[in-house]
Amino acid sequence: MRFEYKVEGGDFTQAGYAASQVKKSLKQLGVDSSVIKRVVVALYEAEVNIVAHAYRGVIYADIESSGIKLKLVDEGPGIPDITRAMTKGFSTASPAVREMGFGAGMGLPNISENADSLLIETEVGKGTTLNIEIRF
Amino acid sequence: MDDDFKQIFEFKHRVLLVPSVFFAQFKDSIQRNTICQIIGELGFTEVCAVEQSVDTLLNEINDYLETAQKPVISSFCPAVIRLIQVRFPSLVDNIMKLLPPIEITAQYYKKRFEKEGIAESEYGIFYLTPCIAKIAAVKSPVGGYTSPITGVINMDFFFNKVYLAYKQRLPITKSIIINGELSSKGVLFPTTGQESAHVKGRTLAIDGMKNVIDFLEMLENEEIDNVDFLEIRACDESCAGGILSHRNRFLTAESMKNFAKTVPDTHNLIEDYKRSCSAVVHMDKIEPRSMVKYDRDIEVAIKKMESARRLKKILPGIDCGACGAPSCEALAEDIVRDQAQINSCIFLRTIFEKRGEISLEDTIKIMESIWGEERFDKNEKE
Repeated sequence: MRFEYKVEGGDFTQAGYAASQVKKSLKQLGVDSSVIKRVVVALYEAEVNIVAHAYRGVIYADIESSGIKLKLVDEGPGIPDITRAMTKGFSTASPAVREMGFGAGMGLPNISENADSLLIETEVGKGTTLNIEIRF
Repeated sequence: MDDDFKQIFEFKHRVLLVPSVFFAQFKDSIQRNTICQIIGELGFTEVCAVEQSVDTLLNEINDYLETAQKPVISSFCPAVIRLIQVRFPSLVDNIMKLLPPIEITAQYYKKRFEKEGIAESEYGIFYLTPCIAKIAAVKSPVGGYTSPITGVINMDFFFNKVYLAYKQRLPITKSIIINGELSSKGVLFPTTGQESAHVKGRTLAIDGMKNVIDFLEMLENEEIDNVDFLEIRACDESCAGGILSHRNRFLTAESMKNFAKTVPDTHNLIEDYKRSCSAVVHMDKIEPRSMVKYDRDIEVAIKKMESARRLKKILPGIDCGACGAPSCEALAEDIVRDQAQINSCIFLRTIFEKRGEISLEDTIKIMESIWGEERFDKNEKE
């Protein structure tokens, strides 16, 4: 079963919508609450990353009986140095974004911690695609 | 809703635990003492203020917070506890494992009777409740605890009895023991913000069901951190807006505030409460209560959810409620669970009728099966 959500860069008022919708569906399917929590935390972080850093993006959530696959495709600046981006506390977020309480440099490490697998494809100047998998 | 008023005369000592919300159902000009005298005339031998235990409870909450997993969610509102069990199971461990004021006060009076050597069959402790959720909390408490409360009396029903007696100037022939000891903290505790106000650290007070759900969603998503204590109440204006409270919630809360100004911030029984009872009880782990929406088998559940999503696209999407479900989404879910039919939708039914796929008689039958026979005929005659 596939869900699709559009995300606009800079629109913090809508950030978290996809995560809430996916959470609602997983609850209705009776998925274990500790697994739902990991999905929501990972997806929320990834969703906020698009809002904070990219111009726009699409989130695809594929729910199967074995687990959930999340694919977040954005058009944006890309990540020049993935190793640094994966370091806790490292952030390229603008001061404006930090003022809103985002950009603490926990995004990607947090996603990685909550996911069973995380694959990042990125091209500087074009965009980033995140593939997150969490098994039920 | 059935209640236990008839039972009270089975006991020699008949105690009524009265919440401060009850006195606030009346205009400020009606004296508490007058209300208590009427309660005695109606059959009780003793009245006690429910919130007498609040002062000692607040100390215990602050002690509890020192070692507990944060944020601690207050155990005061039973509707919130049940909401968390069903809808936010990952938060059950945050629910404070301390008894609410009503249970501590009931314990206190039970212990007092025991000390006086009065047999359990001789006394009944009744609770005048502003809220239906509290009835469930007393009759089937969470965490393997057994309440000392004998029975529950609905506040709206009892208000009518008391107010009628007041209006008809029922002569007072019986005497009643009034345990009115109460601090201003106690009076205000059931109102919004007056529990969290006395708790140390960063606290928030949230009331109203929609606000509560929105906030718990955020908390569950880990969007909120560094909060120590959450006062969460299902009703708008907390217990002043309880379902069995008939008076306007803002006026009720105002009366409670007015009364609180007239009492000191401490009372005579506090030390005695400290010695004889406690909010700390051995409580089992509070368990989540899962709700199976589609099926226990996730394969089947996914298929049904997909069907519901397709159906939702066919339905008009205006959430008119004429089918009996609150929204088109809810009807779609009911249909895949075999609890409703696609014909339940008045818009689709009209289209089927136009196409000749269903007769006018049948569409009326469907309407009557949802809303009852002759229901709409009557409106026509009027």
